[in-house]
Amino acid sequence: MAGYLIRRLATAILVVFGIILVTFLMLHIIAPSPAITVLGPKAQPAAIKAWNHANGFDKPWWDQFATYVGHLFQGNLGWSYHLNQPVTSLLTEKAPLSVFLTVASLVLSIAVALPLGIYQGVKRNSFGDISATSLAMIFYSMPTFIVALLLVQVFALNLNWVSPNVPQDQTLSGALGSFQDLLMPIVALTVTAVASFSRYQRSAALDVLAQDYIKVARAKGLSDRLVYSRHLVRNASLPMITLIGLSLPLLIAGNLLVEYTFNINGLGLLFVNSLQGYDYNVLMAYTLITAVLTVIGNLVADVCLTLSDPRIKLV
Amino acid sequence: MSAIIESPASPEPAAAPVADAGDLQATTSAWKLTLREFLKNKMAVAGVAILVFFVLFCWLGPVFYHSNQETTDLLNTDGAPGPGHPLGTDSNGFDIIGRIMLGGQTSLWIGFAAAVIATVIGTLWGAVAGLLGGLVDATLMRVVDILLALPFLLVVLIISQRYGANTWGLIIILGVFSWLVPARLIRGEVLTLKMRDFVSAARVMGGTNSRLIFRHLIPNAMGTVIVNITFQIADAILALAALGYLNFGVRYPNTDWGSQLGDAQSNLSNGYWWEVFPVGIALVLVVMAFNFIGDGLRDAVDVRLRKR
Repeated sequence: MAGYLIRRLATAILVVFGIILVTFLMLHIIAPSPAITVLGPKAQPAAIKAWNHANGFDKPWWDQFATYVGHLFQGNLGWSYHLNQPVTSLLTEKAPLSVFLTVASLVLSIAVALPLGIYQGVKRNSFGDISATSLAMIFYSMPTFIVALLLVQVFALNLNWVSPNVPQDQTLSGALGSFQDLLMPIVALTVTAVASFSRYQRSAALDVLAQDYIKVARAKGLSDRLVYSRHLVRNASLPMITLIGLSLPLLIAGNLLVEYTFNINGLGLLFVNSLQGYDYNVLMAYTLITAVLTVIGNLVADVCLTLSDPRIKLV
Repeated sequence: MSAIIESPASPEPAAAPVADAGDLQATTSAWKLTLREFLKNKMAVAGVAILVFFVLFCWLGPVFYHSNQETTDLLNTDGAPGPGHPLGTDSNGFDIIGRIMLGGQTSLWIGFAAAVIATVIGTLWGAVAGLLGGLVDATLMRVVDILLALPFLLVVLIISQRYGANTWGLIIILGVFSWLVPARLIRGEVLTLKMRDFVSAARVMGGTNSRLIFRHLIPNAMGTVIVNITFQIADAILALAALGYLNFGVRYPNTDWGSQLGDAQSNLSNGYWWEVFPVGIALVLVVMAFNFIGDGLRDAVDVRLRKR
């Protein structure tokens, strides 16, 4: 286990370094210097040259890359030339709302998908299973923003249950004050996630139900309730751990689309707005953080899986 | 978006192959078996039907249903469904049905072309890594690991901001960033295939690596490749829709389904539902059709492999 962990960690560090390099090169090629942003569209070439020189943007790319990595190690994500403030403070300001949205919808979707998938596996081909599978198929093929627009149409415009606007508060605590309005963004994210999670959960449940130990449990006279609670649920929940570890990019993408749709002042919207002017320290910081979290998520999922299932041996 | 998470393995074993196990006609080729198995799957056949409908609708539709898609009609913007415009008009006065046909051409073509590019790159990458093994394999697959950890939508957005906004730009961007899953799949397939006797035989007869890959490994992995391509098309259409929705799709006078949704999004609260939902339904139906076809193909290919 220790050997495995060390090797996995080494690979993870290599991958993270690769991610930093690829992201840096990508943005460096697309937008080599923010001089125009700072000096304005009518800046003289001489002024741009001088500014580039003063700020180190005329150095070769590996030199700039080394500086960037050096700053990263000091926890410095660079300067947002568009919003004229450090990226770190920008991110800490916007993160709480996005994190809340993502975590709330993730927890909710697990709470729904886990029992739903197991129910579908147990009652396979029943009316409930078939309707749930069909619904999952529809929502699985539906982009998050269409789900969001559908929810707005039905619950805000037709039924008038909620306001079609979300609170425009800058902060999480402010937004929580009118929690009702955060409901639709969360539901939109949850519906999409449940659609893909429950499909996995159903097949995991079916796999477990076909195992010999379930037959043994039944043969020794355990009631259905005990077979399901002691043998089925525990074993069938394991794949969910891996799935959660892998689902981060999906969650981030959904989060971005939902924040854009409902105009929520979080990281996703910040990213979309930063695209317009290649505010590339912001773009790079968000891409990096997501990628690093993905790597960590995969690692943690693998470790959790071993801890929860003694049959899995990592070598 | 499901490019990141592979579609779940079909939970139920495809219709038991026992029924015609005794039916061993020498003429039944593997592909015929696959086709026969595929046709038994009602959802998959429905998927093909939906797809054929939309292809005809988008490409042949404009021949029969004429609408002005070149010049804006500012006197008839946001018109409700009615005579002359069965599904109303959008905020530029374009007829919605004609708009969906035009946008469908772009969305379907970009989705298809991007999926083909991704599959070609992924298949070659995976086949080379799997066949050569060792250091080459390790290096190639680390590259895949790194790119796979990058958030797809964010990267594609960054690049589209600069190089997107036209059909080929978007095809290349989407294609070049979604070959990772096929690369892993094909590598796995090649790892088992290369141990088989026919590959060893080809090798001792002096077959070069490229001959092994193109004449033996890839043809035998074709089932996986084709199954993958259908899911890849669905994902590419979804990704393009997200880009268009965020205003990074193709530019006027061309249009795609995502851009139409993005333009119409803010009009929803004005009650202009016809600008959002018809195109939304078209998008969801097409993606669903590809998913059905993919599921059906996978089951059919599985059956073929089991029978062999």
